[in-house]
Parts: sequence; structure tokens; C-alpha cells
Amino acid sequence: MGKVLLLQGNQACAEGAIAAGVTFFAGYPITPSTEIAEIMAKRLPEVGGKFIQMEDEIAGIGAIIGASLTGKKVLTATSGPGFSLKQEFIGYATIAEVPIVIANVQRVGPSTGQPTSPAQGDMMQARWGTHGDHPVIALTPASVPECFTLTIKAYELSEKYRMPVLLMLDEIIGHMREKIEVPDYDTIAKPVRKGPRVAPSEFKAYQPDSDGVPPMADFGTGYRYHVTGLVHDETGFPNGSPAATESLIKRLHDKVDRHIDEITMYEEYNLDDAEIAIVTYGGTARSAYAAIDMAREQGIKVGMFRLISVWPFPEKEIAKLAEKVKVIVVPELNYGQMVGEVKKAVEGKVPVKPMSKYDSEPISPKELLEFVKNL
Amino acid sequence: MEKLIEKYYRPRLPHIWCPGCGNGIVTSSIVKAIDKLGLDQDKTVIVSGIGCSSRASGYLDFDTVHSLHGRALPVATGIKLADPELNVIVITGDGDGTAIGGNHFIHTARRNINLTVILFNNNIYGMTGGQFSPLTPTASKATTAPYGTLERAFDIAELAKAAGATYVARGTAFQSKMLVDVIAEGISHDGFSLVEAVTQCPIYFGRQNKKGDASAMLKTQRDNAVTVEAAKKMTPEQLEGKFTIGVLHKSEAPEYTKQYQGVIDRAQKGAK
Repeated sequence: MGKVLLLQGNQACAEGAIAAGVTFFAGYPITPSTEIAEIMAKRLPEVGGKFIQMEDEIAGIGAIIGASLTGKKVLTATSGPGFSLKQEFIGYATIAEVPIVIANVQRVGPSTGQPTSPAQGDMMQARWGTHGDHPVIALTPASVPECFTLTIKAYELSEKYRMPVLLMLDEIIGHMREKIEVPDYDTIAKPVRKGPRVAPSEFKAYQPDSDGVPPMADFGTGYRYHVTGLVHDETGFPNGSPAATESLIKRLHDKVDRHIDEITMYEEYNLDDAEIAIVTYGGTARSAYAAIDMAREQGIKVGMFRLISVWPFPEKEIAKLAEKVKVIVVPELNYGQMVGEVKKAVEGKVPVKPMSKYDSEPISPKELLEFVKNL
Repeated sequence: MEKLIEKYYRPRLPHIWCPGCGNGIVTSSIVKAIDKLGLDQDKTVIVSGIGCSSRASGYLDFDTVHSLHGRALPVATGIKLADPELNVIVITGDGDGTAIGGNHFIHTARRNINLTVILFNNNIYGMTGGQFSPLTPTASKATTAPYGTLERAFDIAELAKAAGATYVARGTAFQSKMLVDVIAEGISHDGFSLVEAVTQCPIYFGRQNKKGDASAMLKTQRDNAVTVEAAKKMTPEQLEGKFTIGVLHKSEAPEYTKQYQGVIDRAQKGAK
């Protein structure tokens, strides 16, 4: 028997993590994500898990990487400035292929910015924040129930592809309260990590299977392997040769590129006959539903393509959308970030109009309706 | 030693260390301490940061992590708390552990989590070619201090003690037998332990500061190291320019992962 609850987005994220089998959280307090840490501090020991408040944001992500190496499912949560501090370790988890999940509840930046106000200004940092070439998976929930389900999804993807997955909430979604039907956690399939199928003597720590993903051994189980942020070959030991470098960088990208259709998630709302498409995500999508309903009442044919996975960007789907509609509007709470990706995918086939808002207030349905009417 | 090499070292030669470097002596002291204690090789994890000394993790046949610059301790903390059954040993250097990793160092000591940190102190950033670290003696030459460093050096053992470490020792590459003993005692100690291992960098520290070759630097270690017991009988004048070796501090305090098990027990009692 499940339960019907009234939860905050941050709470649903924490509960989704517990439901997915998370047993380790390390983090640092920061608005507006702190509730996630607070809930994990209380909930994890109840389920036999561990919570630790670290000395800073960097230590928070470092500790979850360590815990993940022992086979645990792990979470850290942060916001703007903390997300900046975590970037170096995000790169480490990418190249060392350590599954971790990071929730970033976005607030206004740059710098300390507006800690209690919503923004969607970290979308490009999510993509390019850590240095060097790297693939990224980032998900943007648009409701409290979706905070729960996408958190579980984040673990499926992170364990399957052995890489960090970013849960890109925004302050609207993180602090919003909604009704959510929560199933019994026992009925939720726990994402499983692919372990080694050979004896330790045969084991090469970074030798990929045909899906490009190497099986991962838990520390303490006798496989005795090396984990490094240096470019390495399939043995896991540093190898700076051009061939090893190219092969590793390519494989890391291929893990995502080859499975992009399995990773990509989106919702189409009233798009069938739409002449105007709104492409948006997260908290801003909530205003888009309402704006579309109002526009439809006035006979304006508008629909929404809601990005659920923002990275990897669903270029193919957006290109197809551009063939169906006359104009695309991209409302977002920043100076214009994902709109650039939309333009790239559309390749000039139809006009792409940014609707950027960066005054620390959400976009209201009315504002969006007016924008659409004035196109 | 041949048996130890076969058992504990990965066949990964040549290593990256310069001729005369003391890191090999310190690394072999860690191996000897592990062997002396009979630790289960499959249940022992070595975590390092970035720098010359931190490359040691890659040469040793355990589960090993070569983490980020300064960040070995957070990773080690995550491993130890997630699986307290594992023996977790941290290898770091004076730059890695006390400059970029200084904040993690004091807080890990404060938590008294059962990790053993072996801090290879060669007084210099070797891998980047000879810049001063927080453990470089004042007025020493470095590539980023061509007129001599202005900064005072940390006494890392005192810092660890003040931060809450419950076992603090110092040894040298020259007195390697004692180094093995204090590392073994540190690993056996239930709590945060620090072993500062004084080692020589003849290439990047020695040359700039006219300290002679590796053997001369080792002899300097011998001449300046005073055991804790001997130091007690010496006057401050006699101790000028010397440093103490041996067990510098030992105390009892609750260990973090054991305390956390208590949290789990309380939470589960409350939940039922």
C-alpha cells in the first residue's frame, strides 16, 4: 500500500533517494537545498544508512565518491555557489567512472546572488562546469511527484553508465508543496550496479563491455584496483599516450551518445496541432501549462515540448519539432541558456524566440501568454 | 624485502620518483608496517591526493584511489564511514595535505575518524618543480621564492594535535625502522592518526638550498632528529634547529564510525 502525502520538492527528492536504495549522503548546508540534507540526516540512520555533514562543499562530493567505491548508492545536494565548488570532483567522477547523484537546487547567481529566489542559471554550468571534454546527464523535474521519480531515474542512469547524474531542480520546484502518491518503497526496483564477472586475477578495472561501460568492483571484495583522475587505459593505471587518451575520451562520450534514445525524456503537451511551440523545463514549465490552456481558450494554437532530460540535449526531437511549428519560444529563468541549444538544433528552420527572465521572479502564465500573443 | 615487493607492489616500473628521492623509503615503511600488522590486503584501501608522494598509491597492490589535489581525506572519510570494516590509509604530501588540503586535514582530525595519514614531508612541491609549501622552512629558496620564503612553516604535528588527532608521530626516511613502528602503531590506533614522515627531495629542495645530495640530506635527518625521550633531557638551546621524532601525542576519544553506529541504533529504536 502506498501513501498520499503533501511534500516539498526537496523532500520528494530525499525520499526518492531513500526509495532508490541510497544509504550514504555527505554534504554542506546551503539555501535552497538544505532540506535535502536535513531529511537525509534524520532518515538515513533509520534505514541503516549514513549521513555526514562535511567541512565544505568539496568534501561533500569527495566523501560520496569514496562511499560509492564501496558499492553504496550516494547523494549530495547543493545550490549555486556549492555547485561551482563541486565541479572539479564532477570531472573526477566522470573520468574515474564513479556513479554519484548530485541535486542542485538552482538560485539566482552569479556568486551569492539571491539565495532564496529561483533561477535556472546553472544549465550551462551543468553542461560545461568541469573542465575538459566530458559527457553529462542532467534531469529537470517540474513537479513534486517528478522530483521523486526522477531521483530514482537518476540512480538507474548513474549506475548503468557509471557517471555522475545531475538533478537540476530550481527553487520553485525545491520549495513547492504538492500532493504526491508514494508507492511502498519495497515495490520500487532498486537500480543495480554491474559487477565483475571474472575472478580478480582476470579483472581489468576499466575494460568496457560492449555497451562501453566497464563492470565495477566494490572496494574490499578482493579486486584490488586503482582509481585515478589521470587519463588511464583499461587496466586503470595512468597512460598518457595519444591512443589511450583518445580512446578514453571517446568511450566516455560514447556511453551517452550511443544510448541517447534511452536517456532522453520529454513531455509533449498540446503539440499535435500547435503552430507555436514552447520549449521549456523545470519550474517554468508549470507556468507554460497554464499559459497554453489560456491561449487555447483564445483560439491560439500553442503547445509545449517539456525537456525532462536537458543533457544530453534532445537535438533530434527539437529538429523534428521545428518542421511542425511556425515559431519556437524558449522561456527560462536566466539571460538565455538552453535557447542557444534549441537554436542550434533548429538550424534556422523557424524563428526561435528567447523569453529570458532574470529579475528573481518566476515567469507568470499571464506574462508568457502576453509574450505568445505579441509574437 | 623481495617477498614484500612481490606481495604488496604492483609490477609498475619505472616509478616516477627522481634518483635520491626519499619517497621510496617511506612507501616501503608503510608496506612493512602493513605486513607487520598482518592486515588483510583485500580489506585495506590506500587513498592519496596529487603530488609526488601521492603517486605511491598506484604502486601498491590494494584497492587504491589517486584522488584530487588536497582531497584525499574527504574521499577516505567516505570510504571509511561507508564501510568501517576497511583499513583506510591516506598518503599525502606537505603541499597536498597542508595547503590545498589544510581544511580537510583539521576537520578530519577533529572528527577522530579511524584513518591513518602518512604525510610525506619533503618541504617542497616536487611535481611542479620546486615551489614552497606550508612546511618549507622560513627563508628557504624555492622557484616561487627566489629571495627566500617569508612565510612561517606549520608544525603539522602540533596542528594535528590541536585539531583533535588522537595519535601523532614523526619519523624520518633515515630512521626507517622507527618509521615502520610508528606507522604500524598509527594504523592500530582506533581514531585519527597522523604520521609525519620527514623525507628528502635532493632535486627540487636540496639543490635550491645547497643541502647536498641525497646521502647528505639523509645525514642531516640523522643529525637533527631527536627522539622524544632524548629531547626531554635537552635544554631549549640544545634543541635549537632540531626536531623530535617518535610518538608525540596519544589520547583516547570516541571514534567517529563507532559513534555513528550508535546514531543508527538510536534512530532505528525510535523508528520502531
